[in-house]
Amino acid sequence: MFLINCPFCGERDQSEFSSGGEAHIVRPKQPTELSDDQWAEFLFMRKNIKGVQFERWNHSHGCRKWFNVVRDTSNDKIHSVYKMGEKPPVK
Amino acid sequence: MSDLRVHKTKYINETKRVSFKYDGKNYFGYEGDTLASALLANGVHLIGRSFKYHRPRGIMTCGSEEPNAICQISDKNDLTEPNVRATELEIYDGLEAFSQNCWPNVKFDIGGINNLISPLIPAGFYYKTFMWPKSFWKKIYEPLIRMSAGLGKSPTEPDPDIYDHKYVHYDVLVIGGGLSGIISAKIAAKSNLKTLLVDDKKTLGGSTIYQSNDSFKIDDQHSSKWLEKEINEISEIENLTVKTRTSIAAYHGYNYLLARENLTDHLSIKDKKDKIRQRLWKIRAKKVIVATGSIERPLVFNNNDRPGILLSNSINKYLDYYGVACGTNIILFTNNDSAYETAISLHKKGIKNLIVDLRKNSQSEIAKQAQNLGIKIYFNHVVTNTFGYRKINSIELMELSDDGNTTIGNKIKLNCDCLGISGGWTPMVHMHTQSGGKLDFKNDDQVFIPKEIDNDQISVGACNGDFDLETIIDKTVNKINIFLEINNQDYKNINVDCSIEKEKRNIWLLPNKIPLGKTKCFIDFQNDSTAKDIKLALKEGFRSIEHVKRYTTTGMATDQGKLSNMHALGIIADTAGVKMGTLGTTTFRPPFTPLTFGTIVGRNVGKFFEVVRKTSIHDWHVDNKAKFENVGQWKRPWYYPKNGETMHDAVQRESKAARDSAGILDASTLGKIDIQGTDASEFLNRVYTNAWSKLSIGKCRYGLMLNEDGMVYDDGVTTRLAENHYLMTTTTGGAANVLGKLEDYLQTEWPELDVYLTSVTDHYSTASVCGPNSKKIINKIFPELDLSDENFPHMSFKNTKLDNVNCRVMRISFTGELSYEINIESKYGKSLWEKCINAGQEFNITPYGTETMHLLRAEKGFIIVGQDTDGTMTPSDLQMDWIVSKKKYDFIGKRSLYRSDTIREDRKQLVGLLTDDPKEILEEGAQIVSDTNTKPIDMLGHVTSSYFSPNLNKSIALAVVRSGKNMKGKKLIIPMENKNINVTVSDTIFLDKENKRLNA
Repeated sequence: MFLINCPFCGERDQSEFSSGGEAHIVRPKQPTELSDDQWAEFLFMRKNIKGVQFERWNHSHGCRKWFNVVRDTSNDKIHSVYKMGEKPPVK
Repeated sequence: MSDLRVHKTKYINETKRVSFKYDGKNYFGYEGDTLASALLANGVHLIGRSFKYHRPRGIMTCGSEEPNAICQISDKNDLTEPNVRATELEIYDGLEAFSQNCWPNVKFDIGGINNLISPLIPAGFYYKTFMWPKSFWKKIYEPLIRMSAGLGKSPTEPDPDIYDHKYVHYDVLVIGGGLSGIISAKIAAKSNLKTLLVDDKKTLGGSTIYQSNDSFKIDDQHSSKWLEKEINEISEIENLTVKTRTSIAAYHGYNYLLARENLTDHLSIKDKKDKIRQRLWKIRAKKVIVATGSIERPLVFNNNDRPGILLSNSINKYLDYYGVACGTNIILFTNNDSAYETAISLHKKGIKNLIVDLRKNSQSEIAKQAQNLGIKIYFNHVVTNTFGYRKINSIELMELSDDGNTTIGNKIKLNCDCLGISGGWTPMVHMHTQSGGKLDFKNDDQVFIPKEIDNDQISVGACNGDFDLETIIDKTVNKINIFLEINNQDYKNINVDCSIEKEKRNIWLLPNKIPLGKTKCFIDFQNDSTAKDIKLALKEGFRSIEHVKRYTTTGMATDQGKLSNMHALGIIADTAGVKMGTLGTTTFRPPFTPLTFGTIVGRNVGKFFEVVRKTSIHDWHVDNKAKFENVGQWKRPWYYPKNGETMHDAVQRESKAARDSAGILDASTLGKIDIQGTDASEFLNRVYTNAWSKLSIGKCRYGLMLNEDGMVYDDGVTTRLAENHYLMTTTTGGAANVLGKLEDYLQTEWPELDVYLTSVTDHYSTASVCGPNSKKIINKIFPELDLSDENFPHMSFKNTKLDNVNCRVMRISFTGELSYEINIESKYGKSLWEKCINAGQEFNITPYGTETMHLLRAEKGFIIVGQDTDGTMTPSDLQMDWIVSKKKYDFIGKRSLYRSDTIREDRKQLVGLLTDDPKEILEEGAQIVSDTNTKPIDMLGHVTSSYFSPNLNKSIALAVVRSGKNMKGKKLIIPMENKNINVTVSDTIFLDKENKRLNA
C-alpha cells in the first residue's frame, strides 16, 4: 500500500485513491472523422510497462480530483505527481 | 518438578503450576512455559503425524519456524483453531490441545501405511495418477483427495472472540527484540525519534538473553547479563514503545506493515473472557530497522525426522531458558560452532552428550573449551541413519571422505535419546523480501543476505548475515548511526570478547552408502518432501526453483519452508551444477506466520461487515413485513408478503394492484445528481445519446448513457429545473460510478465546461405512486395542484408544498402506468409515504417492491440496466435506436456505434419470448437454441428477465438472441435439465403497445 501525494490534499494512503490507467490519452476532438483503426487506437490500446509509467489517479475518497502520477511499476516508487493540464515532467 | 526440569531459570515461575490437556491427558507445566517446553518437561516428544507419509513427528524447534509440532487447540466448534505451533503457544490453565493429521490416534495412525507404500507416491504423484480414467475424477479421486487434504480442522461456528485493529505512525519501527534490535531501538529512541520495538516472544533478548557461555562477554559480563541491563534501560525511555507477543505479519511497500499482537492467548480461560484476543496493528513508519535474527538449519540425512531430533540451538534454549532437558543422552550433529555452546551448556548441567562434526577440526575458542571439558567429538564424521519409531534411540555414523562426497570406514552405532542437529544459520530475510527487497548470496556462510534497497529500510544483526557478537554490535551501531543520520557514541568504548568460528564445511545433502531412492532425507518436514523428490523433479526436467517448489510442494506448507528452502536450493544447485546465487530464491509472502481470520477482519463482522444504506422510509417497510433485497449497499423492499403469502403470490398481487388501481414504490435509492452551470445543457448533450438543448424548463426526459465503447452504461430520467439547472437520476447500483465518470470527463476532457455536479441521492426521498387511480391520490395530497393533462402532462414536473415543506412532483413513469413521483427532503420521507398510503387507502394502494417493479417493467419491455444489459449491448442491440440522436456531432460512445463489430447483423439482440405453454415460466439465465439435434449445439443467447404476468395472464420473458431482431415469430428451444421448453420470439413490449395507460 503506497502513499500518494495528492496535489490538492497532500500525502494520503493508497486506499483513498483509485487508478485510472494510462495518462495523456486525449479523447479525439472529432471522433466521427476517424477510421475504425484510429478510433480503436484511442479506445483500446494502453501501455502496461515495467518501469516508469505515467498514470491517472483519482482521489476518490478525498477531494475527488483527478491528477497524474509518475510511477515506477517495478517497485511502486512514485517519482512525481502533477495536476491535470500541467506538463508532464521529463523522465 | 519432573526429572527433565533440570535447571531453575528466571523465565519459568515454578510457584505457578499450570495444568493443561494434551490429547485428552492431563499434564502440568509452569507459568512461562510454551506447550512445547511443558510437553518436553513431561518427556513427550511425539506430537503429530506428518502430512503425506504419516510418520511420527516431534518437537523440532523452539519458535515460529516449527514444522512438526502443530496442534489443534480446543475441541469447541466455535473456538477450535488448527495449525498452532506448540513452540509459540504459552500454556494456560484450561488449555486443551490435540495432535493433528492422525487417526485414530497419534501413537497408532492408520495413515501410517502411506509410509510403507511411499515408493509408490513420489513427487508429482497427484499430477501423474489422478489423470485417468476421466470418469474416476468426480466419484473417486476428488472425494479421496479432499478427505486426506489439509492439516487440522476448521471451526464450524462463528468465532466468539473479539479482535481489534489499530493504526499507528512511528518515526522508527524496529522488528525484533534481540541484541541488535535492542541496540537499534535504544539509539533511535535516545535520538528523539518516536520508536516502536516489536518482538513475537513474551520477553525481549532473542538468543543472547539465555547465553551462558564464558566465551561471550561484553564489558566483562556474560552477554546475557549485559543485555538484561540494556533491556532495563530501554524500558525507561519515554518515546520508545515496546510490544512483545507481537509478530509482524506483512511488510508492504512504503513502510506499511501489519503486526499481530497477542493479548489474551496466554491467559487462563477465565481471564480471557470478554477481552480483546488479538489486535492487528497497521503501522506506517518513516524508517524500518529489521533485526529479525536467524534460524538454525537442519541437516539432510536419512531418517532425519524422528521424534527426539531437534535443532541443536533449540535444545540449548529449552535447557537455559525453560530449564528443560530434551534428553538424558544427547548427541549433537553439526557443521559449525554453535552446537558446541549447546554441548557445553548440557555438560554443565550434567547431561551426557557428544558431538559429531562434519568438519575436520575446529580451532575456535569454544571448540577448545568443549575439548577441555572432555566432551567427545567425532570430527569429519556424518550421521548416516537414525533408529527408533516413536522416538529416536540410536544413530549410525561414518567417516567422511576428503571431498565430502562419500562415506568411508566402518559404521559406528551410538545410542541416544535425543539428537541435536545444526546445519548453520539462515538469516531471516522474510521481512526484507516481502517489502520488495532483493538478496545477495554470501558464499562464505552459504547464506542469502539483504541487498540494501533504499534509505527507508535497513537490516542489522544476524538477519543481515552478521553472526558473531563483536561484528553484530559493531556493525549495528555504525549502520544505525548512518541510517538515522545521527552520531550516537554510547557503544564507542564497548569491549566484546567472543569465540570466532574459523572452519566451515557445508554439505546440503549428506552422503550415504544407501541409494538415495531408498532413503528418507527430509527437506520440508511439514509437507514431507525429501531430497529424492527434488532430484526426481530435476530429472523430469524442472529447472526453475519456482517450478520445483510447486511440483514437490517444498516450502509450501504453513511454515512456508522456513527450514527447508535453503536445502532445496542447495540440492538443486549441486545437482544442476550451478552456483547458488544464480538460482534466485522463491518469494516469501505474507503472512510470516499464519494469521487468524478474526485478526484480519477485526471488528468488521456481523452487522459491521458492510455499510448498509437505508432509505428514510425503511422503518415503515420493516413494520409492514417487507422482505429486503440488497442493491449495492442499499436495502430495498423486495416484496411485501401478506398473511403467509409466497413470494410468487405476493408479487402477483402487487403487480395486479399496480395496474388495476394504485401501487406505491420507494424509489429513494435511485441515484440523484444535481447538475448546474451555464454549460449544463451542452454537458448533457455530450453524455447522453439523445438531444437535450431543446428540453424546456419544467420538462423531463429519459436518457441513455453509453461507455466510450458504445455499450449501454446507465439510464434514467433527467428533469430541467431551471435554465442552467438539471436533476439527473441514475440506476440505484450505478449512482456512484455515473457520478465518477461524469466528474472524470469534466475534469480531464472538458475542463472548459462550466458545470458543477453534486450527489443528492441521500438528500431526497422519493415515493412513486402509479396506477389508474394515482391521479386521484395525488389530488388528495396536493389539492391545489392542477393535475390536468394540459397543465401537467406526462414527462413534466411541478414545484409544490406539502404542509409548507417544498416538494417536487414529477409525472414520469417507471411502469408504463400513469404515475407521479414525489421528491421531498429526506427527513420528511416517511411522513410523505404515510400520507400517500392514507390517501390511497380507499383505492387499495399497494406498496410493491423491486420484484414487482421488474415484472411491471418487463411487461412494458423497459430494460433494467444490469439485468437485460451486461456491458456488451448497444442501444441498437436493445432495439432502442429511437433514443440515439442522428443529428448530434458527438456524444460519449457515438463513434463506437458504427465500428465494424457494433454494426454486425448477428449481434445478440433483445427480444421478447412467449412460451408455448403460457403457464411455463422460464429460468433467467437459461440458454436458448434452435436445434438440439446437431452437435455441438449452437448457443444463440440467454433469458435475461422472466415472469408470470398477472395482467396478461401468461408467462413473458426478455432475452438476448443472436440476430434476434429478425426472428419475430420464430420458434426456439430452451433446453432444461429434464425437458425442452418451446418458445416463440415476440416483440419486447407485451402490454399496452400504444402507451395509452400513461394518460389513463
